[in-house]
Order: sequence, then structure tokens, then C-alpha cells
Amino acid sequence: MYDRKKLDELKSSLKKWEETSLQKALTQMPERREKFVTVSSEPIRRLYTPLDAADLDYAADLGLPGEYPFTRGVHPTLHRGKLWTMRMFAGFGTAEETNRRFKYLLEQGQTGLSVAFDLPTLMGYDTDAPEALGEFGKCGVAISSLKDMEILLDGIQLDKVSSSMTINSPAAVIWAMYIAAAENKGVRPDQLRGTIQNDILKEFIAQKEFIFPPEPSMRLVVDTMEFGAQKVPQWNTISISGYHIREAGSTAAQELAFTLADGMEYVRWGIARGMDVDQFAPRLSFFFNAHNDFFEEIAKYRAARRIWAREMRETFKAKDPRSWLLRFHTQTAGASLTAQQPENNVVRVALQALAAVLGGTQSLHTNSLDEALALPSEQAVTIALRTQQIIAEESGAANTVDPLGGSFFVETQTNRIEKQAYDYFRRVEELGGVLPSIEKGFFQSEIAEAAYRYQREIDLGERKIVGVNAYTEDKPLTIPILQMDPDGYERQVNRLNEVRKTRDNGRVGQTLDRLRIACEGTENAMPHIMECVHAYATLGEIVGVMKGAFGEYQESTAI
Amino acid sequence: MTEKKIKVLVAKPGLDGHDRGAKVVARALRDAGMEVIYTGLRQTPEMIAEAALQEDVDVVGLSILSGAHMALTPRLMDLLKKNGQSNVQVFIGGIIPDEDVQRLKEMGVRGVYGPGASTEDIIRDVKMSVAG
Amino acid sequence: MTSFQAILEGDRLALSRLLTQVENDAPESRAALIELFPHTGRAHLIGVTGAPGTGKSSLVNQLALHYRKAKDKRVAVIAVDPTSPFSGGAVLGDRVRMRDLAGDPGVFIRSMATRGSLGGLAQSTANVARVFDAAGFDIVVIETVGAGQSEVDIARLAHTTLVVEAPGLGDDIQAIKAGILEIADILVVNKADRPGVEATEKALKSMLELAHPARRVFRHHGIEMETPLYQVESRHPLWIPPIQRTISIDGGGVPELVEAIERHASYLAQSGDRALRERARLEAELEGLIREELVERFRREISAARYEKVLEQILQRELSPGEAVKLLLNGRFK
Repeated sequence: MYDRKKLDELKSSLKKWEETSLQKALTQMPERREKFVTVSSEPIRRLYTPLDAADLDYAADLGLPGEYPFTRGVHPTLHRGKLWTMRMFAGFGTAEETNRRFKYLLEQGQTGLSVAFDLPTLMGYDTDAPEALGEFGKCGVAISSLKDMEILLDGIQLDKVSSSMTINSPAAVIWAMYIAAAENKGVRPDQLRGTIQNDILKEFIAQKEFIFPPEPSMRLVVDTMEFGAQKVPQWNTISISGYHIREAGSTAAQELAFTLADGMEYVRWGIARGMDVDQFAPRLSFFFNAHNDFFEEIAKYRAARRIWAREMRETFKAKDPRSWLLRFHTQTAGASLTAQQPENNVVRVALQALAAVLGGTQSLHTNSLDEALALPSEQAVTIALRTQQIIAEESGAANTVDPLGGSFFVETQTNRIEKQAYDYFRRVEELGGVLPSIEKGFFQSEIAEAAYRYQREIDLGERKIVGVNAYTEDKPLTIPILQMDPDGYERQVNRLNEVRKTRDNGRVGQTLDRLRIACEGTENAMPHIMECVHAYATLGEIVGVMKGAFGEYQESTAI
Repeated sequence: MTEKKIKVLVAKPGLDGHDRGAKVVARALRDAGMEVIYTGLRQTPEMIAEAALQEDVDVVGLSILSGAHMALTPRLMDLLKKNGQSNVQVFIGGIIPDEDVQRLKEMGVRGVYGPGASTEDIIRDVKMSVAG
Repeated sequence: MTSFQAILEGDRLALSRLLTQVENDAPESRAALIELFPHTGRAHLIGVTGAPGTGKSSLVNQLALHYRKAKDKRVAVIAVDPTSPFSGGAVLGDRVRMRDLAGDPGVFIRSMATRGSLGGLAQSTANVARVFDAAGFDIVVIETVGAGQSEVDIARLAHTTLVVEAPGLGDDIQAIKAGILEIADILVVNKADRPGVEATEKALKSMLELAHPARRVFRHHGIEMETPLYQVESRHPLWIPPIQRTISIDGGGVPELVEAIERHASYLAQSGDRALRERARLEAELEGLIREELVERFRREISAARYEKVLEQILQRELSPGEAVKLLLNGRFK
């Protein structure tokens, strides 16, 4: 990209600068630290120049937005044409309470729904299961049957609003409930838009909300991919997630590498099912974290797009350009929030969100300032949403495409993260692939190692966190905490009992039997799950049948 | 004779799978010279109490991020007592509102740590609790 | 009531506390060990070892489940994990894989760190196993990681040692190099539902042929035929390690593995091997204890200054260690 001769000139002037200007400055005032590193402990140099980006081939490495390799963005006009979707993750207590929060958010200008489920739901238990003790509605909404789903979506126009559902092990069942609820309202599956997370690999790697062993779990994912391609074509059947990997303590490069490795694994399984790669790849979407290190994060998103486009085109031979696109949702880093001086979290979230926007995100969730303390209150959620609106309307960040493209620093970081990702791909390959690496605890121990290093850096004061180990105050908390409906649990359990009593139990038994047979064989399980759901079989009953057919998974020990 | 090691059981009761904190603390305690028995995810209070008994631990560390701490902790405290292990020191890490911290301490929980807690503090408190 | 009596009456807390004392080699434990010794010698000790990733803990889990459900045996598990050489601490994570055993009063799982010395580990493991034995556990499983000398030492404690392999790990050969095959009474190919199981089994077989020339594979019209093991046994007082396939996720092959363990146990009894092993083990223990005691006595009798002086002379190459021993012991032990 640069003239060789000019680069040589720069080299000598840089040398001269180091000997004179820099030397003088350092003598007058030494630098604040010996070593500057990113939040992922990657060393950062004092200055980046065209010499660092000398090997960059503009067309091959960056290209134009909306064109291969999409480093600069997946769309030619990006946020000038359409702002990212402001999608706030919400859910707590009963379906009624969450439905009210959804309607509030839509009134406030939010443009898509994002559903958080409580832990019993995420683990495939009904609210009244003994394993669910104390967990009802704590970190999301409880959905135990189609009845709950119908209440959750009451009054929401499912043909207009797109919905994202953070659900993994029982994703097929919850998605079936969503489709069934829409059908009961007269909305056809092919009109529905949205995303189910359905990324089971990162559950084994990081979030650990798995139920079945890896192989049958992957089979269910492919079942949903196939069903979606045929019946729900506007739905993203999987959101390949780095978010949780990062939250578990990984570095930026690990987040990127493990997520893309997972993504490629889903592609391999889809192809092995006999699908054409272009039949399902356009519906694969991604979900990344936005952590504190501003430039490293932007570089991460750019590298992600470039690697995915290349792998999809070159390795998996996808022909449809839509298969090459890495479209992603971003959430600001929950783990970066502090319980101390929680108001400061607004600033952290704003910077993280800005990085996501400059990195070209397609949708964004901004965390609320009180999330290190409790579930977000309505006021805190509003501030978080307003943060996005300020970035969109006031900051100018959305006025041009990839404004940091060509920055010597950002391009160098983009290359660095890309290289680290390929190093990880090779190591995973050497271990026999993604599933064997999970079994051997490779990802898990790499993440645990990074998490421990990061915590030690904070504890030793090498890394400063405002309010935690620097600029601390001894001040009691003053922020209001969300209080949940104290009668919610009882209401939910009563409803569940009512459902079990009033439904056609003969039909429930038949549909569950057919599901069992499908799960024990190789037939796509989705149509059978739809039948069970329509018959008002509960989540716990359906997952129970699947556990019988698939078995349950025990984690590998990797500390 | 070998020096008496501090034995700590690190467990995650409840359904949440976020084990970052539990693992970081397990490593920190190991690096402080303690023997850490890691029991993994989704342990019921019964399972934790049984493991504490079989391993004859000095300390039990619980990590709970789901908000189920008020349902799970009293049960564990009762079971420890029933098993004759009231001397076992219990520590909890997680997202725990202030008002609950007070109630947990009244139940006999020795220490409660939220986000931002330092492993140095945890190590110090664990050592002190065992020293008496 | 002594702790030992309480243990006999099923007091699990007393048992657990005694295990801690034994592990720490606390003075109180010595009295208890003397008291319980006459009650030992009944349990069958099973050593389980193999490289990381072979699924040992899950296999132990299945093994214990089978002994509980199908055989009504009481099972103790000693799960040994390494101590960090840097901090002296350890993370012991084997319980994670044994959650199916929770809530069963017929099972007792105890994690142990290797701590400092290897010899010490072997001795304290032996004592911990002995406590379980006296407390009425029929089966004591000792699980160790890897392929080091400590595992070999601990395996010597066991009546039946299982060496666990798994397909696709690529380190079969390594384990064998470390001499671990020689301690195997039964070879287990775990994760036998995985591709590559034949290759692993074949590799083990050819290794066995080298180690045990008595095992022959005949070819009859191109078909591999083996002499069945029990036939060899009945004619020949030599145990040839069988290869057992297991799937520790669902317990496949575990009943057959337990049968093989039982065959080995009766082989040990019939051939007189069990008595021989027991004798060798107790003799080694006796010798070790004598050595320890003698060194202690010697140190009490000799002045530290004199000892230092002789050591200094050795350092200066004025004396060889052999000469020094003679000098120091001269006239003391006749």
C-alpha cells in the first residue's frame, strides 16, 4: 500500500526521532510504566507507523465495505443506511412481568426483543422441579410451557418485531414454543424473524449450561438448522457466541479463535447432514463481547469478519456471498462492571458500546449500571438504552463506515489477533478437533488460565480498576435495586398445574412417545417437538424424554 | 510429620454454570498452599455437606451467581451442623445484595465476597478463619 | 470410645477425621493404626491408573456403581492428584466425575494430594486404604494420574491394577515406555465407542506379546485365534493381562471388567500370588519402617557437630561416603 522508497525514508526518520526527540522526552519524563499491555495482556508499543502496516494489501486484506473480505464491514453504507438494532436483553420473574418490560422497552424506542430465561428454563426444568429450588425468575423469565410463552408474547406483533432468545441446551423446545405461540396468533413461521442462541459448543467451553452430551447436542443444533432452512427461513438458528467465553475470563484473541472454531464446527456438521453450505450458512450469526480495551475490541471484530469470509469461501467453498458475511450482535462486558461505585459503569458501558459500533456491529445490548449487584432496574435499563441512542445520534460514530480502518495501530492489532486465532485453530486441529478439545478440557483450561492471570494482575495492583483497586471510596450504595413480584412463584406454579390438569394428557403422552422414537433414531426431532409443544407438554417433560434418549453430560475437570 | 494443610471444598450449588469465580478462587487457594477439593457444578446442599464430611475439610467455599443463595445456604448450614461439622468455615462468593449479606452472616457464614473482591483478601480470611 | 471403635460402628465423621490424621502422619493415628491392623486384609484393593484424558474418574464412578448395585459391596475410593511443586497446594478435582455416587452411604470418596515425598505418599496411601479396609469397605479403589514412579509405587499396594488407555490420545506408547504396562493386571481400553479403539487395542496387544511371551496369537486359515486366558491359567501359573473395553459414559463393558477383576482375584488366591504379594508388601513396609526407625535412632545418638564434621570431610573428598558410614557407625550396631 505504501511506496517502498517512502517507507525507507520513514525508517530513517523514525530512527532519528528515536535518538533525538524521543530520547529527550524520555529523559525529561520517563514513561508511566515499563510495559503497556491490552486488557488481554498483549504488549502495546509506543507508536505505530506505516512501517507496521507495510505488508498490508488493501484489496486482499481490507477491501471495500460490503465486499470480500468484509474487514471494513458487511454492508456498503453500514450505519449510514440503518442503525444497528438496539436490543436490550430482558427477562425476570413471570411471563407477565417480562411482557410488561418488553412493552416498556418497545415504547422507549427499542427495535427488537431479547429474551433472558431463568436458570430452570435454561437447564430444561419446570419451575416446580426440585432442582429448581430458589432459582425461579432470578436471572430471566420462567417458561415451562406454551402457556407461559403465549403470555410472554401477548400484544407483541411477531410479524414486525424480531426476537432474540438466549437459550441453548433446550433451544429447540423454546423455539418450538415461540413458533407455536405465533401460529396460535395467526402468524406463519416464514414471517418470523429472530435468533435463538442455540450455541451448545460454547456451553461446554465456557458457560456450562449443558444438558446432553456433545454429540446429541450437536445433532439437535443441526436439526434446528435444517428445520429453519425449510420452514423458518428468516430466522437465525444459531448465534455463535464468544460473549460467554470472554465472560469466563478469556482474552480477546481466545474469544475470537474459540468462537470461530465453533462456527466452523457447526458448518462441518451441517455439511455432514447433507445440506449445501449455502443453504444454512447465511443464517449463522455471531455474538461477541465488548470489553474495556477499546482498540483491541475493534480490531477483534475486524479480524473476525476477515477470517470468517476467508474460511467460508476458501475452506468450505461457499458460493453465496451471504454465506461469507460475519454478522454479529454485541453485548458490553458484564464481567467488567463493578459493584463499587456502580455509577461508573455507565461510562464503561458507553466506551465498550462505542467500540462495538466502530467495529461495525449489527445489534447491541448495553449493560445496566446495577448489574454487578442485581437484576437491572427499569431506570438503569433506560440509561443503558439511552447510551446507545447518544452514540447513534450525537457522537458522529455512525456517520462513516469503519472510521478506524487504515489506522496503523488498529490494522496491526487486527493482524495480530488474526494470527493468534490461526495459531489456536492449529492447536485445536492437533487435538483432533473441537469436540476432542472440549473433552480434554483444552478450551476450559486456556480460559481458566487467562482468567486467573487477569485476577492476579488486579490483586497485585498491576492492573488498575477504578473504584476497585484505584480511586476507591468508602461510601454506602445508593442505587435502587429491582424488587420482584413476591407472588410470582406461586402464580407460575399454579399456572403450570392448571396446564397439566386441563390439557389433553393422552395427546401429550402420544407426542412425547413419538419424540422419544425420533430422538433414538436419526429423524429430525423438530417437527416432533412442535407437536409436543402444541399439546402443552411442559419443558421438563420434553427435556426429560430427550435425556432418556441422549443421556446427560458431566463436565470435564479443568481448573 | 507433615505440616497440617488447610483443606477447602470449592462448590457451585444451584443451576448456574458460571464457574470463572470458583476456578479463580480454587487456583488462588492452591497457590497459597492449600488443598482444594473442587466438586464442580450443580451441587445440592446435600452433596456439598457429604463431600465436606468425606474430605474432612476446614473450609467450604460456595460460588453462587444466580441469586439462589438464600434458598441454598440455610440448608447447607443445617446439614453441616447435623453432621457434626459446625466447625467448618463457610465462605460465599457471588452477586449478593447487601441485605442478604447480613442475613447470611447471621446464619453463620464466615465471609461473603462480591464482584471485585480480591483473592488476596479471600486467602487472608480463609487462613484467619482456620487459625481460630 | 476410641476413634476406631466409633468407625466400626459406622461413624463417618470419625472415619474421615482418622483419615486426616493418617494422611498427616499425626501421632494419634499411629495408635489407631495399631489397633485396627488385625481387622485389615479383607478388602480387595484395586489400583486404577492411566494418562490424563483416558476417563479414569468416570470409569471409577461406573466401577463403584456396579459394585454397589450388582454386587452389594461397600466401596471406598482414594483419588490421588498431584501437589503443585511451587506452592505445596493442590486442586483435587476427581469428585466432579463421581457425582452419581453421592448420597450412597455404602460409598466413601476421599481425595488425596501427593504432597512432598513419593515414598511418603505410598505409605500414607497404604495406611488410608488400611483404614477403609478395617472400616469394612469390601472394595478400595485407588485412582492415580499419569505414568510416574509414584503411580507404580501405589499400584504395588493394589491387588489388581487396572491400566486405562483410550483411543485417539496418541500417548499410548508413552505410557508403555514409562513401564506402566508392567504393573497392569488388566488393561482397559476406555471410551471404546470412539473411533480408533481397534488400533489402541492392537498396540496394547503387541506390547503385551513382547512383555508376556506366553501369550500367543495363532493364525488359523488367516483368522486370528487366541488361546483363551482361563485355559492358559488353568495349565499355567501365569496371569496374562486381559484387555477389557469399557465406555465409562454409560457403563458399557463395566460388568465384564468387574468379572475380569474377580477372575484375577481368584487367580491370586488360587496361585498363592495374593499371599506372596501381601508378604512382599508387608516385608517392604517393615523394612521401610526399620530403616526409618534406625535412622532416627542414629540421629539421636550421634552429635550434630560430629555428623556435620564428617559431612564436611566428604565434601572435601577426604572421606568417601562408604568410609564415612563405617566411621560413624563404628562400634554402635553389632
